[in-house]
Amino acid sequence: MALTVTPSQTIGPFFAHALPYAEGPYAVPAGHPGAIELRGTVYDGAGAPVPDALLEICLPGVFGRCATDAAGGYHFRTARPDSYIPLLVFARGLLKPLWTRVYLDDTDPFLATVREDRRGTLVAAAQDDGSYRFDVRFQGEGETVFLAV
Amino acid sequence: MPVDDPHPPYLHPAYGSTVLRAPSEPLLAPKLDPEAVELVDPVYGHQPVAELDHDLTRQHAGEPLGERIIVTGRVLDTGGRPVRGALVEAWQANAAGRYAHDLDQHPAPLDPNFSGAGRCLTDDDGRYRFVTIKPGAYPWRNHPNAWRPAHIHFSVFGTQFTQRLITQMYFPGDPLFPFDPIMQSVRDPEARAALVARFDIDTTVPEWALGYQWDIVIRGEA
Repeated sequence: MALTVTPSQTIGPFFAHALPYAEGPYAVPAGHPGAIELRGTVYDGAGAPVPDALLEICLPGVFGRCATDAAGGYHFRTARPDSYIPLLVFARGLLKPLWTRVYLDDTDPFLATVREDRRGTLVAAAQDDGSYRFDVRFQGEGETVFLAV
Repeated sequence: MPVDDPHPPYLHPAYGSTVLRAPSEPLLAPKLDPEAVELVDPVYGHQPVAELDHDLTRQHAGEPLGERIIVTGRVLDTGGRPVRGALVEAWQANAAGRYAHDLDQHPAPLDPNFSGAGRCLTDDDGRYRFVTIKPGAYPWRNHPNAWRPAHIHFSVFGTQFTQRLITQMYFPGDPLFPFDPIMQSVRDPEARAALVARFDIDTTVPEWALGYQWDIVIRGEA
């Protein structure tokens, strides 16, 4: 007989002593071929930064974890994905996590299935210094496309 | 009958923090082929789990105050198969209901002998085991006279990123259950009951610690 999945509950506000670790944002070592810097800010529905979110990314052989700072900022050093980087967001006020994807350009066929005015929320913006910027907006104007996976 | 989706909704206004954080647009459901990146095994980059990481009562020079407990159970998938070698992380408030966190400022004492964070890997049977103290209930500002029932936060990894789960374990018979919008956000009563550990006299160690059993079920592999 199939068992029922244990229901999700919020990560809450007080995980900083338990889950983040110093190397968490550095999912690949410095000098990893093709490594990219990914950074951004997490915003709530009022446009306020979210200082108590935990973000995780995963690629084959690569795992990263970063808590947002007081200004809602996060950063990763990660491998360049073949297609996209899955991004998982936990936070106080999220009773279950939010899934999204970070694409580095807009050529992937999945993006063509996303409503045009929202598509751009899945595409990181290349910066002059070679890094990529990917903001996460929980709600409202510019709301990030979140996924049911 | 198992519930297809026992998870709480994003928007649950009784839990005030959901109001500005729940997405307002429907989620998109991409088709995940077997090569989808979401299905890769999350190779967490932590330093290896140390032998005493599962014992939250032995992280300082002295022992923490509170009721010593053992919390153990199995990590299973929905097919009932044990998830072996799964990383289980746990964190909690101290016996007075205070977290070792700068932003927890409610007037309860910190315990210099308790940080309240631990982790372990499941064994071949999918079993995890923590030694800790029973956390206290604590007030929060969600609504007037709001109190969280005593709980331990759990974070679990399976063998695919999509199996990732963060949840909370509660203690049996807590009178705060009906007043807690976080627990009550789980609408199905049976699914909600699955968040409550079971006191177990056989897990209880004479003259030393009360024992609780709590199994965690994650999605099956895609």
